[in-house]
Amino acid sequence: MTASILQAPDMTDHLDLLESHAIFILREVVAECEKPVLLFSGGKDSAVLLHLAAKAFAPQSLPFPVMHVDTGQNFPEVLDFRDDAVARHGARLVVASVQESIDQGRVADPGPLGPRNRLQTVTLLDAITAHGFDAAFGGARRDEDKARAKERILSFRDAFGQWDPRQQRPELWQLYQGRVNPGEHLRAFPLSDWTELDIWQYIERENMALPKIYFAHEREVVRRDGMLLAVGPFVEPRPGEEVERLVVRFRTVGDANLTGAVLSNAATLAAIVNEIALANVSERGATRGDDKFSETAMEDRKREGYF
Amino acid sequence: MKLAAKDLLRLATVGSVDDGKSTLIGRLLVDTRQLFDDQLDAVAAASEKRGVGDLDLSFVTDGLRAEREQGITIDVAYRYAATPTRKFIIADCPGHVQYTRNMATGASTADLALVVLNVAHGVKEQTRRHLCIAALLGVRTIIVAVNKMDEVNWSESAYVAVVDELTTLANELGFESVTPIPVSALLGENVVERSSHLDWYAGPSVLQALEACDAGSWTHAGSGSRLPIQWVLRQNGGGRTYAGMLNGSTLHEGDTVTLLPANIETTITSITSGSGPRHAATAGLSIDVGLADETDAGRGDLLATSPLPTVTKEFEATVCWFGEQPVRAGQRLRLKHTTKVTPARIRELSGVVDIETLSVEAGTQLATNDIGLVTIQTADALVVDDYRDNRVTGSFVLIDEVTNATVAAGMVGRASFL
Repeated sequence: MTASILQAPDMTDHLDLLESHAIFILREVVAECEKPVLLFSGGKDSAVLLHLAAKAFAPQSLPFPVMHVDTGQNFPEVLDFRDDAVARHGARLVVASVQESIDQGRVADPGPLGPRNRLQTVTLLDAITAHGFDAAFGGARRDEDKARAKERILSFRDAFGQWDPRQQRPELWQLYQGRVNPGEHLRAFPLSDWTELDIWQYIERENMALPKIYFAHEREVVRRDGMLLAVGPFVEPRPGEEVERLVVRFRTVGDANLTGAVLSNAATLAAIVNEIALANVSERGATRGDDKFSETAMEDRKREGYF
Repeated sequence: MKLAAKDLLRLATVGSVDDGKSTLIGRLLVDTRQLFDDQLDAVAAASEKRGVGDLDLSFVTDGLRAEREQGITIDVAYRYAATPTRKFIIADCPGHVQYTRNMATGASTADLALVVLNVAHGVKEQTRRHLCIAALLGVRTIIVAVNKMDEVNWSESAYVAVVDELTTLANELGFESVTPIPVSALLGENVVERSSHLDWYAGPSVLQALEACDAGSWTHAGSGSRLPIQWVLRQNGGGRTYAGMLNGSTLHEGDTVTLLPANIETTITSITSGSGPRHAATAGLSIDVGLADETDAGRGDLLATSPLPTVTKEFEATVCWFGEQPVRAGQRLRLKHTTKVTPARIRELSGVVDIETLSVEAGTQLATNDIGLVTIQTADALVVDDYRDNRVTGSFVLIDEVTNATVAAGMVGRASFL
């Protein structure tokens, strides 16, 4: 944070307005809800969200815990970043484990290399119930997906955790009203109006730390389902797949076996901002296996209670 | 590219079902190359699957399964676009009467309304309703896309007839700037590029009009500075600062402010935004401020510079009713205004707006999507401005006490056209 005093009131750019709106939402939900939580994946969007939350309540500590829904299929660099970020902000970390949901028989075991993305919903909803959270902040943005483009900033979830896109509460002006009955909860999306480019410009302006895998580096990858998957504990080369060593970076961070890398030499924040400004493929289209199951994969998962 | 705050334009589409709002926005996004390749491919694949041609542009914003099945927009889609001179936040609103509440959601934060109507059908009842709501919500600038010009063989006389009808209504509703444009969203004529079929039309395309218009931000207000307190921050060393989003006029360090409703005068000693300390702040910034005097200010209170707002427990208002059940005078509800929530009741229903004539008729109840003039009574005192002076301190929502649903949008005072 800069210590110099900003002189002119017109020194306000679109990032200041986006930041202000997000801080406003964070404060409003904390004021109106009993027990909020911030969902933190270790990705760039949740890193921005945590950064904004710290600003919204500074110099006090965060008035809510941070929860990671852990599929057990993470990139190690992302777990390192999570622990650093949580420590830096003095936050309390809650880990909701998909492996525990599997062990308890709450969800079917997809096997050690099987996709666990959809299983997260059960783990997430169980954790929300167990901790009695009535609001969960998420870093989702409306420009990510056509179903997210439809969602309110404060999005109501019924007692089963479901989203009903046909019955969303009207959301007039910036009068966010977060009242729910016991057992119901809200999802709150302070970054709704940010685009991917806004996120990167803001990270650059604030000189924020991020997991190393967002920056160009050399890595062993295989080509699978139109994606470049990083060879590692959750992606083993299959017969016929050639292991290549390429300079890549990740545009999004999800499970290691569902998140593709992109070819890129962008090794600095400035280079990434330039790359995103010129991109002709969307971030989820380029990199996310979990969105490719059907035309309405995101809507279907959101209805069940996904992020 | 970084843009100044004034170069961000929030717009909402307005108009009746099937007049082509979503297709127009789809066309605008495709022709300005805002869509990524994979998003365009997905629209093409969905179009083929549903047998609606090569590229159904409405699928760009109609992303829900039910919307694609029925070919209608159910809820607002928010889309983002940037050209070299402006950033746009686009709320593509539903036209169907059943989803008027969602249209109001999209229009409540709009700086400008993009009205879409079918040249062959003219101004339908739902177009009137939407324009009326947009005017009530304080939108002052409209761009009117007279769509489906290809279906009337690019006829100037058909266009002029619709524009005359629309302009008469827009004048009644008090819009300050009305820019009509003949378009074919389907064929992309006059949306981004000027059309070759319209020799008789010399004005701008929709994109040119959007880039040129001077709509002002919806947070712009004629009132003094208003800072509804959201949260009290305890500073290291014992002091307190008061956090909230500023609206109204610019607030400066050293300004005299009044804490309301307590009516205590004090001075701003510091202003801090997300970027750090500053000497002054403009509307739309989240700030926290220090005060010269000890006060017990808290959430729900408001700091204001003169001219001061009104402190009241009873006021006249205009409401758009969205509840599924009709409401009558006497109904108890919960009311949220700025950062304050209080029990409230509709003390009196003084009239119901007839959408066809814009006259106010006597009535005993407000049904879903009715617009009514009411007197609101609250348990706790509110600090209000007339909505036309300030869209933040002049607005409120009504909440059902049992379901917690938001059942009405309310505006303090009465629009001049009613």
